[in-house]
Amino acid sequence: MSAQPINIKTAGQPRTWIKVSALEDIPKLGARVVKSAHGDIAVFRNAEDEVFALRDQCPHKGGPLSQGIVFGKTVACPLHNWQIGLADGQAVAPDVGCTGRFEAKIEDGGVYLQL
Amino acid sequence: MQKMKLVMVGNGMAGVRTLEELIKISPDLYDITVFGAEPNANYNRILLSPVLAGEMTIKDIMLNDVDWYAQNNIKLHLNKKIVRIDRAGRKVIAEDGTTEEYDRLLLATGSNPFILPVQGKELDGVLTYRDIGDTDAMIAAAAKYKHAVVIGGGLLGLEAANGLKLRGMDVTVVHIMPWLMDRQLDKTASQMLQKSLEAKGLKFLLQKQTSEIVGAPTTEGGMRVKAVRFDDGTEIPADLVCMAVGIRPNDDLARQSGIHCNRGIVVNDTMQTFDPRIYAVGECASHRGIAYGLVAPLFDMAKVCANHLGHMGIGRYQGSVTSTKLKVTGIDLFSAGDFSGGDGTEEIVMHDAVGGVYKRIVIKDEHILGAVLYGDTVDGSWYFQMLREKQNIGEIRDHLMFGPTQVNRGHLGNTGHQGQSNAASMPDTMEVCGCNGVCKGTIVKAIKEKGLFSLDDVRKHTKASSSCGSCTGLVEQILASTVGGAYTPQANLTKPMCGCTEHTHEETRKVIREQHLLTIPQVMHFMEWKTPNGCASCRPALNYYLLSTWPHEAKDDPQSRFINERAHANIQKDGTYSVVPRMFGGVTNSSELRRIADVVDKYQIPTVKVTGGQRIDLLGVKKEDLPRVWADLAMPSGHAYAKALRTVKTCVGSEWCRFGVQDSTQMGIDMEKAFWKMYAPHKVKMAVSGCPRNCAESGIKDIGVIGVDSGWEIYVAGNGGIKTEVAQFLCKVKTSEEVIEYSSAFIQLYREEARYLDRTVHWVARVGLDYVRQRVIDDAENRKALFERLQYALQGEKDPWVERTQGMEKHEFEVLSA
Ligand code: SRM
Ligand SMILES: Cc1cc2nc3c(=O)[nH]c(=O)nc-3n(C[C@H](O)[C@H](O)[C@H](O)COP(=O)(O)OP(=O)(O)OC[C@H]3O[C@@H](n4cnc5c(N)ncnc54)[C@H](O)[C@@H]3O)c2cc1C
Ligand code: SF4
Ligand code: FES
Repeated sequence: MSAQPINIKTAGQPRTWIKVSALEDIPKLGARVVKSAHGDIAVFRNAEDEVFALRDQCPHKGGPLSQGIVFGKTVACPLHNWQIGLADGQAVAPDVGCTGRFEAKIEDGGVYLQL
Repeated sequence: MQKMKLVMVGNGMAGVRTLEELIKISPDLYDITVFGAEPNANYNRILLSPVLAGEMTIKDIMLNDVDWYAQNNIKLHLNKKIVRIDRAGRKVIAEDGTTEEYDRLLLATGSNPFILPVQGKELDGVLTYRDIGDTDAMIAAAAKYKHAVVIGGGLLGLEAANGLKLRGMDVTVVHIMPWLMDRQLDKTASQMLQKSLEAKGLKFLLQKQTSEIVGAPTTEGGMRVKAVRFDDGTEIPADLVCMAVGIRPNDDLARQSGIHCNRGIVVNDTMQTFDPRIYAVGECASHRGIAYGLVAPLFDMAKVCANHLGHMGIGRYQGSVTSTKLKVTGIDLFSAGDFSGGDGTEEIVMHDAVGGVYKRIVIKDEHILGAVLYGDTVDGSWYFQMLREKQNIGEIRDHLMFGPTQVNRGHLGNTGHQGQSNAASMPDTMEVCGCNGVCKGTIVKAIKEKGLFSLDDVRKHTKASSSCGSCTGLVEQILASTVGGAYTPQANLTKPMCGCTEHTHEETRKVIREQHLLTIPQVMHFMEWKTPNGCASCRPALNYYLLSTWPHEAKDDPQSRFINERAHANIQKDGTYSVVPRMFGGVTNSSELRRIADVVDKYQIPTVKVTGGQRIDLLGVKKEDLPRVWADLAMPSGHAYAKALRTVKTCVGSEWCRFGVQDSTQMGIDMEKAFWKMYAPHKVKMAVSGCPRNCAESGIKDIGVIGVDSGWEIYVAGNGGIKTEVAQFLCKVKTSEEVIEYSSAFIQLYREEARYLDRTVHWVARVGLDYVRQRVIDDAENRKALFERLQYALQGEKDPWVERTQGMEKHEFEVLSA
């Protein structure tokens, strides 16, 4: 069993899928910021055209993860280079910490977040 | 020879640390058996707080798993509580009857949480906070119930409260004293702390005494807590009560076996109890009348105890002075020593209520007695060191508030910024990791001798920052100042670029050139990269190698650039950006200044600062505003964010100065115009002075030019940064055209041959100045060729700001919404 970080703000509330962007508007190995009621969300696209969404706040000192360099399924925080897993929001060892994640999917070329 | 039998009771932090130390010095002396009452192997109890807060998992906090015991031939009994010691028969007996004989016995039974003797204390939902079981129970309760009451506003209580809050509970902290953490903090710091915690949503009831815990029957037939009642008759709802009102040394077992105890198992300076075969370490031990409740002293005890168990016979434990840090993410708090003030004491206080910083140092007879820091705790370990060592601070008193950098300024070669200064200026004897008692010197030595490069390696080898983790930043700084920057160890010569490849920087550059590779995927494919798309360290390097080797052919990959070079501005710690427009040679005029002023007003830019590079920095610009700010400024990009030409600093020179012999200002402007938009392995800084008085500081620049009667002297590979390096004399030339030609050749050689992130000083240190002279000075043809290649590379290069005001990379600056 892998430990899933709990998103406190949204725990327990009903969620719906919301379209936030076209896939092509997010650069490959890049990210966009989505402003939402849950705060800023970083939506990433990797080389395989998978999308991931994390709270745009590094568990270290709150750095904007959306501004980091994306590789594999990881993003390197722009402030002090912590590496955060896109799929689980967990910092890569030896650093420890995790950031909230949101469900994301692609449908008909659109990127949707479950919010 | 028959080995002796060592039995340890209590499988916690102090005990296992003792075994670790013992195995290090005498691996073959004992057959070791361990009894632990908990079901888990050895874990870092301190980090239960981040686990509760959801920032870590149990897996993350394991220190030694069962394999470790097996590897070291330690017999491990988990889940077995020892209930009796038969001292005459020299054996211990567990609850389930398991019996083990011993020659030496080590008691490390820790402590028990104190439970208030009030009615209702045994109800369901009333917990303490000590082990994984308690933590799991709180996590489970948080998922199910709403109201939590934490009794006790000390360190443990606040960490519990913070965790429960982050897990979604409504949390009230009840504290009997007038302010929180009253034993570690003075009132002011405590109130600041309370305010920050209130901002996180915690509630506080101070000066409240709990009189009863009220229960109600549950559907399952039990009785569960429902409310907490106070002695003033009021009550608040509670579905979960966490008692964090203190700990008692767990000396029951020892006491029942007739070992002398007095609020803890009494031990001497070698950690022996009154029965010489029996030792005790950790929170259960009482040393010179003190039972400690923090790991740093326990680890000291462990070392001494291991030494004696290992028959080394040296080392005494003489007690510890402790310091405290609160592990609540986002709150910086430090306290040490006695800060109650009183007769004959003086205080230095700094209080910035708005900035949320408070520092108070209590001094008596020129010695630090205590320190409380809130909001900015970087200097905590420094004060703590002076406190413990009883250092006389008379001479540095004036600077005491401003930290070690200020104090040491006079005699340090290594100034710097980004906190590098802290690490670099720390003396070797200064303690970095309070938990494990590791000094800077030990870390530096391990880094150098063992060739460590990552934080993880340093943790493994020195244990620094492996316990509570609050010194991680400092350890990283030490690592950076030891291996990074100017100090590049020899081992690095053949080191692969990063974990993604076996190839060195040089090999990669060579293959790109010889194979005419043009894209990152091509390089990765051809050179058999081990990862699908590299990492944050190799991708920017590859992007630079491609662009510098094949200008106008290779295409830039913005996603392989660090954010600053992608956004063409400098990211700040709060996620805003800074904008530094170019002022060629540091010369400006009224119309530029007016435009800057207008932009500052229009976009409400909070800070305008004159930089150390003779231009103006606008700090705190929102990313969305950048393209419009640039358009309104209508000034060229200063590339203050890029591995590129930064500034060409100039002095006023012969146009105005009574000493000037050359027009240094114009020379600087010409150089800046020749080289701006030039990317390089690292940033490049230049300066031109009009006479040898050198007001533009040409002696510490990548290229420094100094005007003399008969022409110009060119100096290269200076550096004013992390480690100040004086530039070396390259040559003397007559005309300003020659200055441009020679500097171009030098800088182009650097662009073509240095490793990414080498400053010129690092590169020249590796290849030698003779080599550079040979290629740039002695070989005129090669000099011209280099010069021309640079001209070609820069031809048609656009100003990135102008391009972006015209819509390039638009998505970079636009925010989406949901
Ligand atoms: C703004 C400025 C300080 C100021 O307010 O005066 C500054 C600010 C920063 N410096 Fe600097 N440095 C500034 C002059 C200097 C100088 C002095 C100079 O250039 O005359 C030095 C020493 C000279 C040198 O580089 O040799 C200097 C040595 C550094 C270093 C250490 C470099 C080294 O190799 O040792 C770094 C770290 C790095 O680049 O990795 C650095 C990095 C930084 C960064 C970019 C940190 C960062 O990555 O975010 C700072 C960002 C500023 C921003 O957001 O706008 N800054 N920095 C100066 C900008 C000058 C300019 O107009 O472009
Ligand atoms: C949530 C939390 C946060 C903390 N944060 C910090 C911090 O930030 N900094 C800091 O310095 N300290 C902190 N501490 C304190 C620190 O964890 C303790 O000082 C340290 O763990 C004590 O080590 P020990 O080996 O003496 O006891 P323990 O680690 O408690 O180990 C004792 C072990 O002995 C077992 N045991 C007891 N009796 C028996 C028996 N009869 N038979 C078999 N086994 C037995 C117990 O089950 C226990 O596992 C924190 C503690 C907690 C609970
Ligand atoms: S360097 Fe020379 S010319 Fe320039 S200001 Fe100083 S004295 Fe004058
Ligand atoms: S804020 Fe992300 S690494 Fe520091």
